[in-house]
Amino acid sequence: MSKNQEFVKFDKVDKSYDGKVLVVKDLNLDIAEGEFITMLGPSGSGKTTCLMMLAGFETPTNGEIYLDANPISNIPPHKRGIGMVFQNYALFPHMTVYENLAFPLKVRKISKDDIDKKVDKALSMVSLSGFENRMPAQLSGGQQQRVAVARALVFDPTVVLMDEPLGALDKNLRESMQYEIKHIHENIGVTVVYVTHDQSEALTMSNRIAVFNDGKVQQLSSPDKLYEEPVNSFVAEFIGENNTFGGEIIDLSNGTCKVKLSHGEIFANPISVKSKGDRTTVSIRPERALINPENKMDNNHAGTIEEVIYHGDHTRVRLNLLGNSEFILKVPNSSKNLDIKLGNKINIGWNSQDARALDPK
Amino acid sequence: MSSETQQILTTDGIPLSVSLKKAERKNKIKAFLLVVPLLLFLIITYILPIGDMFMRSIDDKMVTNMLPKTFTAMEKWDGKEMPPEEVFVGFYSDFKILVKNKEHGKLAQRLNKEKNGFNSIIKKLFRQVQRNKIDEGQSIKEQIMKVHKRWRDVEYWQAIKRTAPPYTTAKYLKGVDMYYGPDGNILQVDEDRRIHRILWLRTLEIAFFVTLFSFLMGYPIAHLLATLPMKYSNLLMICVLLPFWTSLLVRTASWMILLQQQGIVNDFFVMIGLVADDNRPEMMYNKVGTYVAMTQILLPFMVLPLYSVMKTISPSLMRAGKSLGGTPFVAFWKIYFPLTIPGIGAGCLLVFILAIGYYITPALVGGASGTLISNQIAYHMKTTLDWSFASAMGLMLLTGVLVVYWIYNKLVGVDNIKLG
Repeated sequence: MSKNQEFVKFDKVDKSYDGKVLVVKDLNLDIAEGEFITMLGPSGSGKTTCLMMLAGFETPTNGEIYLDANPISNIPPHKRGIGMVFQNYALFPHMTVYENLAFPLKVRKISKDDIDKKVDKALSMVSLSGFENRMPAQLSGGQQQRVAVARALVFDPTVVLMDEPLGALDKNLRESMQYEIKHIHENIGVTVVYVTHDQSEALTMSNRIAVFNDGKVQQLSSPDKLYEEPVNSFVAEFIGENNTFGGEIIDLSNGTCKVKLSHGEIFANPISVKSKGDRTTVSIRPERALINPENKMDNNHAGTIEEVIYHGDHTRVRLNLLGNSEFILKVPNSSKNLDIKLGNKINIGWNSQDARALDPK
Repeated sequence: MSSETQQILTTDGIPLSVSLKKAERKNKIKAFLLVVPLLLFLIITYILPIGDMFMRSIDDKMVTNMLPKTFTAMEKWDGKEMPPEEVFVGFYSDFKILVKNKEHGKLAQRLNKEKNGFNSIIKKLFRQVQRNKIDEGQSIKEQIMKVHKRWRDVEYWQAIKRTAPPYTTAKYLKGVDMYYGPDGNILQVDEDRRIHRILWLRTLEIAFFVTLFSFLMGYPIAHLLATLPMKYSNLLMICVLLPFWTSLLVRTASWMILLQQQGIVNDFFVMIGLVADDNRPEMMYNKVGTYVAMTQILLPFMVLPLYSVMKTISPSLMRAGKSLGGTPFVAFWKIYFPLTIPGIGAGCLLVFILAIGYYITPALVGGASGTLISNQIAYHMKTTLDWSFASAMGLMLLTGVLVVYWIYNKLVGVDNIKLG
């Protein structure tokens, strides 16, 4: 069965609230059927606005949104058939769990028996069977969250939107809910559009992630690609940790480039630099730089240890390297690097492939 | 099981409950001392006056104190035939003291209220006593009966006997246009003199409609206040509160300017051709004026509780309702409206109770057909000086309010009220 690759389609969508500032700029985004896509970005980046436009609570200032090839800008929210999980769950406080779940079914004039069956099924899916007669206020945060998910799914919508649904939960609960939502998605195959500002949430749950900044999608790709191969310095900065060097390209050949820094020169992988003389920001993931590498690496430099922080499973080491005093290394605690002491000089090496020369900051 | 029955001890061996009490006693005393001023204030300014009002409304001791010997003698009288000699003797000796203290006028006034005709026969008897025409050596009964033929009428003696009990509920009966007949049975006032019942019903009717109008107008305003962006909602809030801060009298007076026959509203109607210039409707000194002015004046009491409740309703609930497939109306009716019920209850209760006892506005713009029971109470307090009747009606009003409150509690539950 071939899945519709353009099940949800944002086509040249602009959005402005006040006629002066564009909150969303020229958004083009295709979401495949059954996909779990996350809109990730700092607050104010336009990701929630996109979700609200898809849900129908905001109208695009320009452009069109298609759902299953039908333009939906003129369809009111209640006719779109899109399930939604809100930031604060938005459970109806005067209704029991059963009534909350039955609400979307009742307005669709479904018979009482079918409602009972569907509510039962939805509740067992989020393992809350037996909670039908509780009021939302009698549930814990995690339980309320699950009711909200069940309610958004109970009427079999084709698309479910989730707006930072786990934001109010504590860390452990958030992590277990991440897996739970992921499993529900895998089991029923519904298309999920998920909004969050938490990158680890996005990385663990999604098929694809759209990183938003400044009203634009900076990069749309799978979690591993996003982390390993950021296309610009914003994405590199926003997703995970990274060490940066600002400099100027002095040589560009054979898929590598030479970057002149304020102190010294390094080799890097040219991603968004075109020619000699370009300014660039080179990004290196902490785990890609090794201490005293055994194999030959094309970048080898000495740095001074300025800070050592113990993190349990690993130790973070802050170095002064090539004039950058914020160079971070993650050293697994099982390794035998015993010369990690404050003030020690150590040798650091990395491959030029892992040092991505991106746009200047 | 033994752990339940076993007393838990502190480390020093004192039972835990005793230790807890001891530890909290100081705080309890402090807390009580803090509320004492308020408690005293409530007792002095609220409980005592209401108690005094109640005593005043049932008080009928005046005649009881004036004719002690008469009533002692009357205890043996069956109340059907003319009273025996002892009653007359007692009455005569009581009356002599009243004459000496110049209090017979008061007695005449009070007894005249009980039965018409006492005024003149007491005056006659007074003159006889003053001139010492009554010979105490002979039968007092015969001599008094000779003073005036009404003294020979048993009905007048029955009327005196009716005033014997120190307390009476007659004022309450009067409040609903009823009275005690000669045999002590309850009778209706003649149909053309039943003014109080009309007033009670009108008060309820006006309070009900004023509440309804305030609700119909206040709900959208409160909703707007709760959903508009801050800078507009603050302005609107001031518009709601500004009249609230203006003197009640000023507001009522401005309604008089607006509503009178040559007033602005009528001018406007004539201008747009709604009514003819020589046929301007009367909008004041009748119910219309009372409705309009009272609704406007009481509107903030509806808007504020509604607003405070609506402010707490997350806009995402309506969005959730719509995204789940409810039309805007269904989302409003099934989700938003039920959540505002505590505010509706508080607002309606507040407006209704205030409207039921409203005084100044109906007095100024109500005219004859727009006055309420409170105006009647004021009339008896200031004009007829019948304070006990005013007290009785005041208490009936208070009881009415408590009944409304009780019904409300049964229907909605007082726990659901939210004032802020």
